[in-house]
Amino acid sequence: MTALLRTEGIRKAYGGVHALDSCTVEVDEGSVAGLIGPNGSGKTTLFNVITGYAKADAGQVYLGDRKITNVAPDRVFASGIGRTFQLTRIFASLTVLENMLVASPNGRAAARRRAMEQLEFVGIAGHHAELAGTLSYGQRKLLELAYVLVADPAIILLDEPAGGVNLSLVNTIADRIRELNATGKTFLIVEHNMEFVMGLCDRVTVLDSGAVVAAGPPAIIRTDRRVLNAYLGEDLPDDDPHPGERREKQP
Amino acid sequence: MSGQRAASGAALIILVVAAAGFPVIFSSPVVTNYAVYALIFVAVVSAWNVFSGFSGYISLGHAVFFGSGAYTVGIAAKDWHITGTGVFALLPLAAVVGALIAVPFGLIALRVRRHTFIVITIAVFFIFQLMAYNLNSFTGGTIGMSAPFLPWSPTTFNDRFYYIAVACAAGAVVMSVLVRRSRFGLQLRAIRDDEDRARGLGVRTMRVKMTAFMLSAAVAGLVGGVWFLYLTQVLPNSGYDPLFDLSLVLMAFLGGLGTISGPVIGALIIEPGQLYLTIKYTNGYLSEILLGALFLLIVLFVPRGLVPTTGEWIRRARTRGRPVVPPASQRAAVPQPGNGAPTTEART
Repeated sequence: MTALLRTEGIRKAYGGVHALDSCTVEVDEGSVAGLIGPNGSGKTTLFNVITGYAKADAGQVYLGDRKITNVAPDRVFASGIGRTFQLTRIFASLTVLENMLVASPNGRAAARRRAMEQLEFVGIAGHHAELAGTLSYGQRKLLELAYVLVADPAIILLDEPAGGVNLSLVNTIADRIRELNATGKTFLIVEHNMEFVMGLCDRVTVLDSGAVVAAGPPAIIRTDRRVLNAYLGEDLPDDDPHPGERREKQP
Repeated sequence: MSGQRAASGAALIILVVAAAGFPVIFSSPVVTNYAVYALIFVAVVSAWNVFSGFSGYISLGHAVFFGSGAYTVGIAAKDWHITGTGVFALLPLAAVVGALIAVPFGLIALRVRRHTFIVITIAVFFIFQLMAYNLNSFTGGTIGMSAPFLPWSPTTFNDRFYYIAVACAAGAVVMSVLVRRSRFGLQLRAIRDDEDRARGLGVRTMRVKMTAFMLSAAVAGLVGGVWFLYLTQVLPNSGYDPLFDLSLVLMAFLGGLGTISGPVIGALIIEPGQLYLTIKYTNGYLSEILLGALFLLIVLFVPRGLVPTTGEWIRRARTRGRPVVPPASQRAAVPQPGNGAPTTEART
């Protein structure tokens, strides 16, 4: 597979705090990639750098062969990268359908048709005429996913899609991601819900203190000692044969 | 839906007939004078609302465009020796000048947001007012400029301007409706809610804001030209009046910021009221004190404005306190069977 999205040696500091330090991440075309790490490890900062919301101090971002480092968010979106946010950011005073049309590049009739299709896909088409501000948190998550889909981006970056929503909705979101991925859509997902990430992703990259500490298939990542040390913040005994299993039994 | 359209059509016809017949029924020049000023402000506040109401960027510098439109007509008429009704041909020039001033103004002010934007608009306003005071050879300084004489009978002068003001007001309101219904208007409203998010969804926010700013400035400039011809003179403190923008903000907030009819209703209430108080009581400060008090009352008791609040009251009365649509949070968050959404179990 070829890397659709690639960051090379990204550095980003806020004052004296190094949010990202030589961060190199690759997302293969047609894959579902996961990005995990403890709080403050730089996951959202990396998303912000990729999507133009924050400027990289050093390093490069590529979409395919095209360099998109420090390009403005509207141009990043136009180039084919859609994203959602950790805390949902919808247009509260617009209706659900109007929210969808903000991102739509098509003409009026085609845009409405496609918007309704996407709303039906995520299951909130019945709310299309309501103000988005009246939606529940979970529905806002679905709306955010839907309006990113409207412009048919090549890759979708999801920042904690399962955060703060009930199990039923987590399953719904996972299903939609899986269905979209089956049609060839590429995803990069930041998530703290390990079950969600491990069950969905083809490859997982682990960040700690702004640097990549491990990357690989979920089966390897979930038992990687460096990952467990970094992610769970504990030093595990060297003679533990199955550290991943041990940790997963913890509540 | 068709019944609603028929009702809207009937209301529009009644409005057109009432507007056309107003000077016939109320032939007193005193009354038509009130109407002309009210309609001038309907036009300007509607234009202001297209930018500030839709985008959420509250401009306190639209007097720059209004005053510049007035001075443009005055200066061009004087320098090009245009007299009589020919001066009306200068109104498009006033609009162009307003739009052109908006370009550098916007390039500076639209880079910042919220209170910083407001402060910059005020600063630009004072720069223009000081220029009007000090560029004597250009603006006439403190003496100001007089409009060319219009060969109209004094008995029909107000009536003619009434219809010109009606045309301006109607044009500005139609522009508001078209902008609000357009993709451009949707992008402006998205900017008002969350500009950064809109940018992340491909909205070229600077371009959208600048276009709205220029459009709004063009109408303000043109209407400033009409105001100048009606008043027959412009002075630095009347063309660039610090209370002008505060009045616009008050009108929009009273009626409903960002709505179409709200600013219109606000202008129709406030401008005649302000004019009445100024004429009735020679103490010019009374209307300003009342204006400030009214602003406080609006912000405290009807912060969303009359139109949205009244709409909410009517809905509540119709449903006897029950919401028309149950809150979304009370309904299922996940797709229901039969609505076309897949129901397969997640692998997680």
